[in-house]
Amino acid sequence: MSQVKKATRHVNQNEGLIFEKSSPGKAAWRLPPLDVPEVDTADLLGEAERADLGHMPEVSEIEIIRHFTRLSTWNYAIDLGMYPLGSCTMKYNPRINEAVSRFEGLANGHPYQPERISLGALRILKTLTDCLLEITGMQAITLQPAAGAHGELTGILLVRAFLQKQGNPRKKILIPDSAHGTNPATAAMAGYAVENLKSNSAGMVDVASLAAQMNEDVAALMLTNPNTLGVFEQEIHKIADILHGKGGLLYMDGANMNALVGKVRPGDFGVDVMHLNLHKTFSTPHGGGGPGSGPVACKNFLEPFLPVPVIVTKADGTLGFDYNRPQSIGRVRAFYGNFGMHVRALAYIMANGPDGLRQTTEDAVLNANYIRKGLEGVYDLPYKTPTMHEVVFSDRVQAKKGVRTGDLAKRLIDYGFHPYTVSFPLIVPGAMMIEPTESESKEELDLFVDAMKSIAEECEKAPDVVLEAPHSTRVSRLDEVAAARKPVLRWKP
Amino acid sequence: MRYLPKSPADREAMLRAIGARSIDDLFAPIPNEYRLNRDLRLPRQMSEPEILEWFQKCSRENGKGLPSFLGAGAYHHYRPVVIDTIISRGEFLTAYTPYQAEISQGTLQSIFEFQTMICELTGMEVANASMYDGSTATAEAATMAMRVSGRRRVVMARSVHPEYREVLATYGQHQDMPLTAVGFGENGRVKMAELERILGEDCACLVVQSPNFFGTIEDVPALAELARSKGALLVVAIAEAVSLGIVKPPAEADIVAMEAQSFGVPLGFGGPYAGVIATREKYVRQMPGRLVGETRDKHGKRGYVLTLATREQHIRREKATSNICTNQALIALMANVFMTVYGREGLKELAKQNLAKTAYARQHFGRHGKALFDGAPVFNEFVLQTVEDPYVINSRLLEENIVGGFPLKKFYPELGNAALWCCTETTTRASIDAVGAVLARAQTAGKRRPEPEPEVVR
Amino acid sequence: MAYPKNFKYTKEHEWIKADGGTATVGITTYAQESLGDIVFVELPKVGAELSAGKSFGTVESVKAVSDLYAPASGTVTEVNQDLATAPEKINSDAHGSWMIKLKLKDPKELNALLSADDYEKFVAEETH
Repeated sequence: MSQVKKATRHVNQNEGLIFEKSSPGKAAWRLPPLDVPEVDTADLLGEAERADLGHMPEVSEIEIIRHFTRLSTWNYAIDLGMYPLGSCTMKYNPRINEAVSRFEGLANGHPYQPERISLGALRILKTLTDCLLEITGMQAITLQPAAGAHGELTGILLVRAFLQKQGNPRKKILIPDSAHGTNPATAAMAGYAVENLKSNSAGMVDVASLAAQMNEDVAALMLTNPNTLGVFEQEIHKIADILHGKGGLLYMDGANMNALVGKVRPGDFGVDVMHLNLHKTFSTPHGGGGPGSGPVACKNFLEPFLPVPVIVTKADGTLGFDYNRPQSIGRVRAFYGNFGMHVRALAYIMANGPDGLRQTTEDAVLNANYIRKGLEGVYDLPYKTPTMHEVVFSDRVQAKKGVRTGDLAKRLIDYGFHPYTVSFPLIVPGAMMIEPTESESKEELDLFVDAMKSIAEECEKAPDVVLEAPHSTRVSRLDEVAAARKPVLRWKP
Repeated sequence: MRYLPKSPADREAMLRAIGARSIDDLFAPIPNEYRLNRDLRLPRQMSEPEILEWFQKCSRENGKGLPSFLGAGAYHHYRPVVIDTIISRGEFLTAYTPYQAEISQGTLQSIFEFQTMICELTGMEVANASMYDGSTATAEAATMAMRVSGRRRVVMARSVHPEYREVLATYGQHQDMPLTAVGFGENGRVKMAELERILGEDCACLVVQSPNFFGTIEDVPALAELARSKGALLVVAIAEAVSLGIVKPPAEADIVAMEAQSFGVPLGFGGPYAGVIATREKYVRQMPGRLVGETRDKHGKRGYVLTLATREQHIRREKATSNICTNQALIALMANVFMTVYGREGLKELAKQNLAKTAYARQHFGRHGKALFDGAPVFNEFVLQTVEDPYVINSRLLEENIVGGFPLKKFYPELGNAALWCCTETTTRASIDAVGAVLARAQTAGKRRPEPEPEVVR
Repeated sequence: MAYPKNFKYTKEHEWIKADGGTATVGITTYAQESLGDIVFVELPKVGAELSAGKSFGTVESVKAVSDLYAPASGTVTEVNQDLATAPEKINSDAHGSWMIKLKLKDPKELNALLSADDYEKFVAEETH
């Protein structure tokens, strides 16, 4: 551990489950006095009255603060350091985003309040809509989907509705073998069969096999660009032409849009419909796994099918919601989507402006290439194709010593870093997928490269240190097999 | 750009290390013809005070602070201050999905506590780590029932939130899921006789909401018995989670699909919220969504991990059975803190206040209109039929800085001039009385000659 | 690795042991090794009709799900209930832990399957 520069050990507090602190009579709440007559609950509810609340906790406020603060210290977070999870885009979450989303009128706005007193929210939605259309080069958009996968489903439902209207919804969706698992899952949910598309030796879509596989049964190709290897699909125009030539559509998974903003627009290179992940490209916090937000942008010919409602400028110039959309695929979520995330994303766009967004993209690509340069030769680089915002190495060299990608990842924890993405994309055996994002300084990147080099050395000299990592955490190598065989999913007294 | 931690010299040094002449070299893979050779047409880079000011203005123009009688699936409850204190900690706010258990125990243990409390409150045996929201949780519960039962038809009560029903229709349209509706009776509850005719041996499940969209508490045991007699599952949706403080949990249900927004989550113009699915242990492998389980580490220490991940999209790919690929962790944490703050006694007292305020308003408003669906208990919402159009009434109320109830015409034209009114612990007697006065005027106006009509607000 | 001579094998790594018109089905030692720790097995109900080559259930490790393919067509007559609570038995004794019993539709279908020797060769090639 002598090489560890970024992290030191420090004491952290033990903490049990909240239920283990509970005892009758403790309370962290107090209600104002009731200003209407008391009611007889038994009389009002009869049979429907609840007897008691079982094992719900009874604790004081200081215990709650300490409980959650102690728990929080057991988490790694972007606020603590680099989070090089490939494909997840763990970038800085600006605090002004949080501040504006808590303004009273926005935080307490009811989704059904009259439009006349919703002008603020409508303006936010409209402004974000305009910004996202300009950034993507698309023509229409819905902000309703609650997350990326939800956006994918919405997007493919649009494709289906459009083709259905042409008379034939078609049967299958083409998906490259490097794709996120959500793509095939989405296609299946929308009633399509999935056909795998092989990558070529450069890690890109094999245009010849696409041409061979494309026919009138194919509804769309779901393409991530740059793809999960961090490679830009250079023949994207040919890909789009092949699809369009046979009446199919090009869907772009916008998971990696952060490599493109301000440099190139999907709408300009043939994409018909795409989703965005506001929590990736537009800095809304991951929050330990959600909430996300997955707006879907499309070309005009798909606009009639967008989920209800859509924001419109009415005859009198005011903004409002249009519910009268007979061709719509329907609703994908109650109300209008994760509005709080829309607020945050817009604040981020405003803080950046066109120049800031372009610089952000450039720095993200610069950082990934810097890491690639630093680790090339130390770790196997299966695809030599130029790197955009993320780079995929493999554990091929270290595996000879019995150390696999998962072990290397766990060892990174001891060096003070969050692991990279392990074992994805599936086309790279032993994949190590690294995405630094623009949020890392040169110093932090240098520390990361040093840590990775040091771990590679350990694999040669003392592989057991790596195989048994992490050594510095509260818990190490939890028994996932036992957890899955005999699931314990709740506390019991 | 203030979020970017690099000096021009850093960039230069890095480019040199890479062996690139300029940043453009790194973008060479993008064909020239597609490159954007201009600035994006976006607002210019703004300073912090400018951004604050822009959003302040939006906030002011968004019904700031007006007392409101809107519920209908989104409820205004008091949010204890500690919620934002806790969720603002960077370790919760800026962490990723807890795949690396060793450095995610904070998120994992808090989800485990969340799952436990949801089980306690709903009477179910297992609960997941959360879903997008109540509407998608309900849709996913129905598709889950299809997998469990091996049947396809879904019967859904018309008294389920109309937007939840729309979402279910969207989800089901390519899943070979015939959808049948069952109506409500004079007391606002599902019409049992009609249900008995509709529910057949081909039904995967019956989906109801309780308290339902009208605020009426359904007779869950009777519905469960009827569903069971046809071999169908019972899915109970709960949009108003605070009801669980005083209303008997739907323990007879097979699946509970819940919206947890009422537990300390801001209204936020409709989201983000957090849905939850809870069910019986025997169905856990058919349940969508993330799950946290307890286990031991290599030293025998108690710890938590994401478990049963093979149900999830990223592993199952085209065989996945659900659209959910994330959860709403931070929102679930809000709900978790809220449930912990109120706990065993507080939640009951809170629910009681909702009940009392609503009973008062219902009785009061009932003098100036007809409180529909008498004969079955309600929690914190009720339907009032008036002589005058509720949109007109709402316009009058807005002139007095009050946001009135939710007009039902759009979804239930058969109820005529009816609106859904909601009172929570935050509703004051003064505002209830103020609405009463306006309703009284409206009643007289409706009976005699019309008052000059205010501009109608929709 | 000893593959019993009286079993037949599929390229999807199931084994089948026929006894006249009935047969027992499980997965091979090689299959359990490549899956790793098995945490759950999903099996059909008694009475289910299987057709050769089609999926009849799944076997799950912590991070993977694999389909089980019927080596032969027939009707399920019995399901190994032990595996519901103790899937680890497949890891400790794959060839002894049967999953389902089948009433064969056509015992001649088995002739198309691999012998122990052929299967061993097949596996050796696959691990290459």
